[in-house]
Amino acid sequence: MKLIKAIVRPNRVDDVRDVLEKMNVPGMTVTEVRGHGRQKGHTAVYRGKEYSVTLLPKVEIEVVVQDSLADDVIRAIIGTARTGEIGDGRVFVLPVEHSYNIRTGEMDV
Amino acid sequence: MTERTGMPNMWGRLTAGLVLGLLMIARPLVAVAQDVPVVHDDLPAVVAQSAPAALPDEAEPASAIDAGDTAWMLASSALVLLMTPGLAFFYGGLVRSKNVLNTMMMSFISLGAVGILWALFGYSLAFGEGSAFVGDGTAFFLRGVGLEPGGLATIPGYLFVAFQGTFAIITAALISGAIVERMRFPAYLLFISLWTLIVYSPLAHMVWGGGWLAQMGALDFAGGTVVHINAAVAAAVAVICVGKRTDYRQAGLLPHNVPFVLLGAGLLWFGWFGFNAGSAGAANGIAGLGFATTMFAPAATVVVWAFLDLLRVGKVTAVGLATAIVVGLVAITPAAGLISPMNAIILGGIAAVPSYMMLLWRARSGFDDSLDVLAAHGLGGTVGALLTGVFADEALNGVGSGLLYGNPGQLVTQVVAVVAAIVYSGVLSFVLLKLVGLVTPLRVETEAENFGLDPTQHGEEGYVH
Repeated sequence: MKLIKAIVRPNRVDDVRDVLEKMNVPGMTVTEVRGHGRQKGHTAVYRGKEYSVTLLPKVEIEVVVQDSLADDVIRAIIGTARTGEIGDGRVFVLPVEHSYNIRTGEMDV
Repeated sequence: MTERTGMPNMWGRLTAGLVLGLLMIARPLVAVAQDVPVVHDDLPAVVAQSAPAALPDEAEPASAIDAGDTAWMLASSALVLLMTPGLAFFYGGLVRSKNVLNTMMMSFISLGAVGILWALFGYSLAFGEGSAFVGDGTAFFLRGVGLEPGGLATIPGYLFVAFQGTFAIITAALISGAIVERMRFPAYLLFISLWTLIVYSPLAHMVWGGGWLAQMGALDFAGGTVVHINAAVAAAVAVICVGKRTDYRQAGLLPHNVPFVLLGAGLLWFGWFGFNAGSAGAANGIAGLGFATTMFAPAATVVVWAFLDLLRVGKVTAVGLATAIVVGLVAITPAAGLISPMNAIILGGIAAVPSYMMLLWRARSGFDDSLDVLAAHGLGGTVGALLTGVFADEALNGVGSGLLYGNPGQLVTQVVAVVAAIVYSGVLSFVLLKLVGLVTPLRVETEAENFGLDPTQHGEEGYVH
């Protein structure tokens, strides 16, 4: 199993979710996050003082899928979340040792 | 003693002079002002000396100012001003967090821009004598306005200007609800500035400043046509000119802070007591009537709305109730000092239904009147204006009766006033928006719309983590 962490633009989240649901990805975790990569922040002015805001709002989508499905899911996320501009985000893929259902206590295979 | 005997004559002359001056400035006040010189001219020196009660008159010779009326109108003006920050919270809570400051700023900037324009030009265009359609330039820069009454018989002229100014401010701010989350702030600012002078002031003149709708006998107690229908039609036109949000009906455009929405609705209701009861222009029985109807009509709207919510989805919603408060307040506005509290309850209850239906329709349509200005203010204001022509009772208000009280013609007059407001505001708002669009783009870039208008339009964020 793979854990896929995708950090995307906030306004792309709904589209990514729709695509993943169509691919029968069974569940996901969505978190509002802030961070930066190559995208520069913007300048904020509060009471005449300028501040540079370097951490920009993004949304992190986490899904756990079978190894066989991972490549398709990654491709789908990239295809959906991409705008072509700097700041489109990242996808990280991590191996998952085990996964359990808390209600039943069963381990997924 | 010799000084005292000489004074009444001197004051009498001064009084007559001032009153004459007043007559020239404010001819509508003739009936009230005429009483004053008559009393003073006939005042024998002996009476003035023996009656201490005459002393306050000596201190302010030409004044017909009433302390109670003035106190209430001072409070009312402050109450109405508070509605604009209240509206900012109401609207601000309904948008996404990335646009909360921009949305609230659209109301707050009106406190500045429209406030100034009102003092410089707007007041004169609305309440100058002028023609049947618009005032004139006689009171530009508040020339001729002073401590003495003007516009209303018993309160200072300056106070009348300020009271009316608070109405102009909130009316312009109301429009913003239709175009939030996508309109460029400078374009919005330019639009509401021009709109206040070219649309609001003339319409206020037509209805309140002795213009043709006033002469025709249209009943609009506190601004159903001038404020609510006017702003809502401009809002609908703005939706057409600015266009819908890029992700309208593609993403969940949910309210980011429902407690803000409830807070805003509460502040609006509180301020609305000044708006409606203050529109009596005095601390009198009609003000008491306006206060009661402003309390009971929205209450009825809230109850009916809650039942509609229950019937439709099985739950009473908070955003729904906040909206119901506004719809009820809008609907009672033209009728506030004209109908009985029992009829106000009926009016408030009726008003819930069409606005509720329109909200449901709007959310499914391609018409992105984002915060439903047309459903709440346009339809609510129209229902209120028409029902004023049904429930008005001359025995109660001393002004005019409606359909149920033996004057069916009033309903026709009300229809004419509503249609006039819709046409006037619709056409001129469209022209103004097209003109503004020639000078500066109306919309932000799609990229900025996606990122949020707070950082891109104001360089600030509402919530910094």
